[in-house]
Amino acid sequence: MFNIERWQEIFEAIAKNKLRTFLTGISVASGIFILVILLGVGKGLQNGIEKQFERDADGIIEVWTGVTQKEYKGLNPGREIQFHNSDYDLSVQKFGEQLDKKASTINNWNGTVVYGKETGNYQYRGVYPDYVFIENATIIKGRFINNNDLEKSKKVAVIGNKLKQELFKDKDPIGEEINVASINFKVVGVFTDPAGEREETRIYLPITTFQKAYGSGDKISNLFYTLQKKDNYDEALAQSKKFVAELNQILKSKNTIAPDDESAIGVNNSIEDTKQFYDLNLYIRLFFWWVGICTIIAGVVGVSNIMLIIVKERTKEIGIRKALGASPISIIGMILHESIFITTIAGFIGLLMSLLLLEIVGPQIKSEYFLNPQVDFSIALTTLVLLVFAGALAGFFPAYRAAKIKPIVALRDE
Amino acid sequence: MIEITDLHKSYKMGSSELHVLKGINFSIKEGELVAIMGSSGSGKSTLLNILGILDEADSGSYTLDMVPIKNLNETIASKYRNQFLGFVFQSFNLINYKNALDNVAMPLYYQGIKRKERNEIAMSYLEKVGLASHSHHLPNELSGGQKQRVAIARAMASNPKVLLADEPTGALDTKTSYEVMELIQAINDAGKTVLIVTHEPDIAAMCKRNVVLKDGIIIDDKFVNQVRATSYV
Repeated sequence: MFNIERWQEIFEAIAKNKLRTFLTGISVASGIFILVILLGVGKGLQNGIEKQFERDADGIIEVWTGVTQKEYKGLNPGREIQFHNSDYDLSVQKFGEQLDKKASTINNWNGTVVYGKETGNYQYRGVYPDYVFIENATIIKGRFINNNDLEKSKKVAVIGNKLKQELFKDKDPIGEEINVASINFKVVGVFTDPAGEREETRIYLPITTFQKAYGSGDKISNLFYTLQKKDNYDEALAQSKKFVAELNQILKSKNTIAPDDESAIGVNNSIEDTKQFYDLNLYIRLFFWWVGICTIIAGVVGVSNIMLIIVKERTKEIGIRKALGASPISIIGMILHESIFITTIAGFIGLLMSLLLLEIVGPQIKSEYFLNPQVDFSIALTTLVLLVFAGALAGFFPAYRAAKIKPIVALRDE
Repeated sequence: MIEITDLHKSYKMGSSELHVLKGINFSIKEGELVAIMGSSGSGKSTLLNILGILDEADSGSYTLDMVPIKNLNETIASKYRNQFLGFVFQSFNLINYKNALDNVAMPLYYQGIKRKERNEIAMSYLEKVGLASHSHHLPNELSGGQKQRVAIARAMASNPKVLLADEPTGALDTKTSYEVMELIQAINDAGKTVLIVTHEPDIAAMCKRNVVLKDGIIIDDKFVNQVRATSYV
């Protein structure tokens, strides 16, 4: 392969046939360019949607309580069920290994919150550290509730961004004392929540502090869980359903509820919503792969076409070379060597330009459904190899035929 | 140098068959300057193509410098062309994106000679045809006569046994034709065997032997008194 004489011969042919070289190069470079951009945009959309539906993708299982409808073991229907810390502890003890995130909460829907001269009515909630993941909230300042806060029942609060704007205006709230339903808390963090402004008016407190400060004993209102991630949707669904059934059973048995009483304990399993997410993601991927494959095909056809024209244009030259003693193999070698060289170089240029564009423009795009467009370099490289290979293959057959043509036929006057 | 016995060649034209060469016998010794003459369709170009190993006969034998030319594959045929034969065409057939020097060096490239040596040899042949000063001109910057002289230099560069010329003056005016013939005569004088296909009597007269073809057979084969091309200029 490495024959310096042939390289010289090829460089000469390339240098002397600028238009031909340029056209071949531009078609390959633009093919790769468009393909990589498309794959990048596809990835950006996928990332954006993943971000948007991140919470849904987690498959959160939420448990709440209601009123019994059926008589059971001598207890009358119409009994209101109340969860306690022991319910949460029991579930964690039983399912510990399966669980990814876990939290229980206690809620007060409305309390007067005072900071300086500003006052407002807000919801406040006692939570576990994992709750930040359950809500899919993002800390923009300070920190969320941590285990230390829980153990020591610290009087700390994490406030929503909307609430912060209403009470603190432009002031930094971290370290400030706020009064929540007559008890003072120190603000340690500010969060935003993609679910919207209503959620950003909440105050989160350590659940232990809440229970002690507001006299709720060991009562809790809701339980939240996410399970360890599975590879695919079907596995995740099966695991999730099994978990919900077992959880239902132990909670009902502990609280003396009829096993078939559906209204005493409610469970919302959002794992089924994740199917839409998985599907949407799949469709986006499929769509962009489809577009990508069509682009590759168009690129291959374009390169093949150019190779055909090149060989056709060079038929006479091939005839001359054969008359002067070129063997068929050296003719095929010359044409393929040249085409592979041009397509590889042009392909790399297209690849670099598209990656550069994605790198520069990608982060500038600020859209909720578009994030961080990027392309796996190995995928881009694979498509390049594919295109070069296809170009070589497309060039081989006309080159082979041209090399077979008798010189007298090739030299016949126009 | 060249031995031909009972050479036949026919082409298929659709359903009918065109019998072009109907048993050609002749031999050429080293150092001869032969004109093959005949009107168009007489088979003279076909004969030249067979002699040039560009085409193959249906039957009969052809021996070139003691080597039988029969059933060659393309690779060997191209090797023989490169070693034994130099071609000059009516339409020059220079590679238009290569300059004169590179065109002349082309057969040497296929002999595997290194670039530097190749260019030196090519330059010496360009000097012989008087175009050393035009070595870096592209074919389209040369006149017809100059192009043909480059083509002759190219044909000679590989130092072939036989120079084959197919209507070498067909595309040239009379004066230029005679200049080209002068060059060919000089090559022949140096001992090279030369075969020219032509239909022009004045060109044929400048050769040492005239072979006349008609309808696929040789009707005349005679030695002539060579007219020197210089006597015209």
